Amino acid sequence: MKVLKDLYYTNDHEWVKIEGGEAYIGITDFAQHNLGDIVYVELPEIDDEFDKEEAFSAVESVKAASDVYLPLSGKVIAVNEALIDDPALLNSDPYENWIAKFEVNDRSQIDELMTSEEYEKLLAEEE
Amino acid sequence: MYPYIPITTDDEKQMLESIGLNSIEELFADIPKEVQLNRELNLPKSKSELEVFSYLSSLAKKNCSQSDMISFLGAGAYDHYIPSIIDHLVSRSEFYTSYTPYQAEISQGTLQYIFEFQTLICNLTGMDVANASLYDGGTAVVEAAIMAANIARKDEIIISKTVKPDARKILKTYAHAQSLKVVEVDMKDGVTDLEELENKINDNTAAVIIQSPNFFGIIEDLKKAAEITHKIKKASFVASVDPISLGILKKPGELDVDIVVGEAQGMGIPVSFGGPYLGFMAAKKSYMRKLPGRIVGETTDVDGKRSYVLTLTAREQHIRREKATSNICSNQGLNALRATIYMVTLGKEGIKEVAAQSAKKAHYAYEQIIKSGKFKPLFDKPFFKEFAVTSGLDAKTITTELENEMITGGYHLEIDYPQLKNAVLYAVTEKRTKEEIDKLTRVLEGI
Amino acid sequence: MYDKLIFELSHEGQKAYRLPPLDVEDVNLEDIIPEEYLSEEELDFPELSEVDVVRHYTNLSSKNYGVDTGFYPLGSCTMKYNPKINEDIASLDGFTNIHPYQSENCIQGSLQLMYELGKSFCEIAGMDRMTLQPAAGAHGEVTGVMIIKAYHENRGDFKRNKIIVPDSAHGTNPATAVMAGYSIVEIKSTEEGLVDLEALKAVLGDDIAGLMLTNPNTLGISDRNIKEIADLVHEAGGLLYYDGANANAILGHARPGDMGFDVVHFNIHKTFSTPHGGGGPGSGPVGVKKDLVQYLPVPLVEKDGDRYYLDYNYPKSIGKVKDFYGHFGILVRAYTYILTMGSDGLKKASEIAVLNSNYLLSRLKEHYYLPIDTIYKHEFVLGGLKDTLSEVTSMDVAKRLLDYGFHPPTMYFPLIINQAIMIEPTETESKETLDMFADAMIRIAKEAEENPELLKTAPHNTIVRRPDETKAARNPIVKYER
Repeated sequence: MKVLKDLYYTNDHEWVKIEGGEAYIGITDFAQHNLGDIVYVELPEIDDEFDKEEAFSAVESVKAASDVYLPLSGKVIAVNEALIDDPALLNSDPYENWIAKFEVNDRSQIDELMTSEEYEKLLAEEE
Repeated sequence: MYPYIPITTDDEKQMLESIGLNSIEELFADIPKEVQLNRELNLPKSKSELEVFSYLSSLAKKNCSQSDMISFLGAGAYDHYIPSIIDHLVSRSEFYTSYTPYQAEISQGTLQYIFEFQTLICNLTGMDVANASLYDGGTAVVEAAIMAANIARKDEIIISKTVKPDARKILKTYAHAQSLKVVEVDMKDGVTDLEELENKINDNTAAVIIQSPNFFGIIEDLKKAAEITHKIKKASFVASVDPISLGILKKPGELDVDIVVGEAQGMGIPVSFGGPYLGFMAAKKSYMRKLPGRIVGETTDVDGKRSYVLTLTAREQHIRREKATSNICSNQGLNALRATIYMVTLGKEGIKEVAAQSAKKAHYAYEQIIKSGKFKPLFDKPFFKEFAVTSGLDAKTITTELENEMITGGYHLEIDYPQLKNAVLYAVTEKRTKEEIDKLTRVLEGI
Repeated sequence: MYDKLIFELSHEGQKAYRLPPLDVEDVNLEDIIPEEYLSEEELDFPELSEVDVVRHYTNLSSKNYGVDTGFYPLGSCTMKYNPKINEDIASLDGFTNIHPYQSENCIQGSLQLMYELGKSFCEIAGMDRMTLQPAAGAHGEVTGVMIIKAYHENRGDFKRNKIIVPDSAHGTNPATAVMAGYSIVEIKSTEEGLVDLEALKAVLGDDIAGLMLTNPNTLGISDRNIKEIADLVHEAGGLLYYDGANANAILGHARPGDMGFDVVHFNIHKTFSTPHGGGGPGSGPVGVKKDLVQYLPVPLVEKDGDRYYLDYNYPKSIGKVKDFYGHFGILVRAYTYILTMGSDGLKKASEIAVLNSNYLLSRLKEHYYLPIDTIYKHEFVLGGLKDTLSEVTSMDVAKRLLDYGFHPPTMYFPLIINQAIMIEPTETESKETLDMFADAMIRIAKEAEENPELLKTAPHNTIVRRPDETKAARNPIVKYER
């Protein structure tokens, strides 16, 4: 399973990319692999506000569905509309294809995220 | 031996041997002693087909069948004509003895008729997407409310008092359990008071629900109500409709309705003492992945052949469990087939003709009943196939007198609206003849 | 192969119906209904002759597989034979042509039937009172859980906001609890698929409203600790809900009420032989113990001397859960079945259902992986092919079964067994049928070793083969468009 070095990760197999006060969020290679062929990605609306650990999106395959949780409280500032027409982008390149971009409310929450090393350890345990 | 249990005593012996046991009792030995039932069930012993038939037909005969009466009773269950071919086709046991079409290869029959049902419901209502059915019109209202609340992430549902009472009661039951707030909008001269709606709607409103024709048979101004609802961000406008009425009335899709629900019993399903009927739900495209219940989609198989499958299943309980859009599993499959056959049998002209005849006969009955002045119209508003009249006579007396003349009278509105004392709601379908309507008028005059 | 949609048969000017001419004075619709309400558009419905409609749906029916076609061992679905007398009784004029709002003296037969059926269900379930209102199993579940909620609330206990559901449960259980306003606590099952008592104890507390359980469980195993489970839940102040999906295993042998359950639903279209109808209509009556009767949905059918009536006088009732009184037409079929089978026949039905299941298992366990080797009740769960490295999945086995003319078992459920194949033969199958099915399964296991490709490309003989579900979900086409 691919894990990128410069990203943060969560227990629910999301990745987070921090750029200044903003965060891109997507699902990891492990998550897309477990879901199988992704058929739909439910996107939040711009300006929607979510608390930490609230589900802001859902990713569906034929046989499974998985909520995507927000690891940092924040406001949606952009969504990846390419996923509406081609949800399979999450299968082909989960790290390139973020789901939504957030304005981060509380930067201290970033410290609670997993590093790539920690996430690799988690994956090793799950296998 | 029992006719539905083919295993013989000899078979039993051989099978037990194969299992490695000596008696049937051993198969139940894992049930803890203290919970085993060590007596016969206190029920009658098994019976022959003849005995069962004779007993149950004696119960059926204790009822007064509508085929021996002239019915003017509606209030949510209607005596529309059911073409003969419906019973014949749904009696094909490949349809009625099959399970939910999870194995698409051997369920194309069920899958295709559901696809046709969805198409017909969409065309009838003017909406983009319909599901495979819901239990009935009342629970369909509730499913719409819950869907709207989940989508909007809000908790207030506004419903008009002219929506049929059962639907409002069921909504209250579910709303209590889910901590949703139900706000009722009062009526004014038999229709939803839209000024009051405008006052009550607010930022917490997830859905506004109106029925048209409403419980009194009166046509509501859905367009105006939709406009009011859409002033609120993320609020859904839900209309509950009589599908037969759409043979002549404007489609909800033309009136900017977001979610259409209704009871389709009138389309080929017998009144059957209240069930099973057929709830349906159709909506704008944006609701597609939030709909409760099953949806069939078209696809191709490995050889490129057009075929049908259950689709968008990630919404459903067997995949999403506690996050499902609803807990519904079994729905009204076979009754959806009845309605499908009804819609294609009546076809483009037939639904219109049924609707027009019902409306014209209802208006004739209305004119005749109020002509003498003994009965007064309860409301003065345009109606479809049902209307309410009131008089100095007690509603129960009217029903009894009509029954003596083999007529099933109307519904007593006082049951649900205490202020509407002595008011009776009459339904007239295309099945009633002039002669029958004249008889009703004559008997009513004579009371 | 016949592959038309009804819309593609439409031929302008054809009609499949005829109404009598309007015999009241004709008026323009615009004169009775304001024009603004009237539709200007034509309905987009097909035009056909009666013959076309009949042939079309007859052709569609031949693309289906029903219990009347052949063996249907769908675990957890109890696809038993649907007796024909049930259909005849249910279509008696005195049942189908009764309006739910006719006056009480006109509906005595219907009320008596519902009253007697309710009593029969109570005796079978070991409960004190039934409501016949719920439309299906899942609807019964939500009714039952709302009754549990009403019980706690009426005691002034508002802090119980969770329902325990085992990880082996049907998906409807967690979905139901949420629909009734609860959140879920999932507990793991033991290796035998039983409730893990320690896991249960760990989550019980004053925030737990109740436990939803199927017994025998979804693996087909009777929980030997059921009494202890019930006691633990009750001691913690919770109630026990019995999901009746598997009731066909215990008729006349054990009763949920005696096991300690407080609320029970039956799936009439499973246990009591009413047809599944390609997905309904079903019926899901709910029974409760004495203390909970006051919360049942209204109305209940009551008897006063020789008269039956609808009783709405339950001030603490949860209210209504459905229009009118329930799926009466389905209830008629169920009562027909209960009268036909009687106390002796119902007991026998469960015995043979369990015998058939264990017999099939005895024939298959050498050839498939059996995660738990024990005495099963009416169904059992295999864990797919023995060769765990094989690329052939249980779904491939299922698809190959289609070639042999059988409806496959329930696949990939319960979720706790990898590659699950859940087999429920029911009591209405002969030994010959069971043997034919076992032979086919054994042959398929052999094919998986010798010619896996044959399974991976199965089915070969059906009218369509593995329709593309991914395509259907990515670009949904959910209605016909010209």
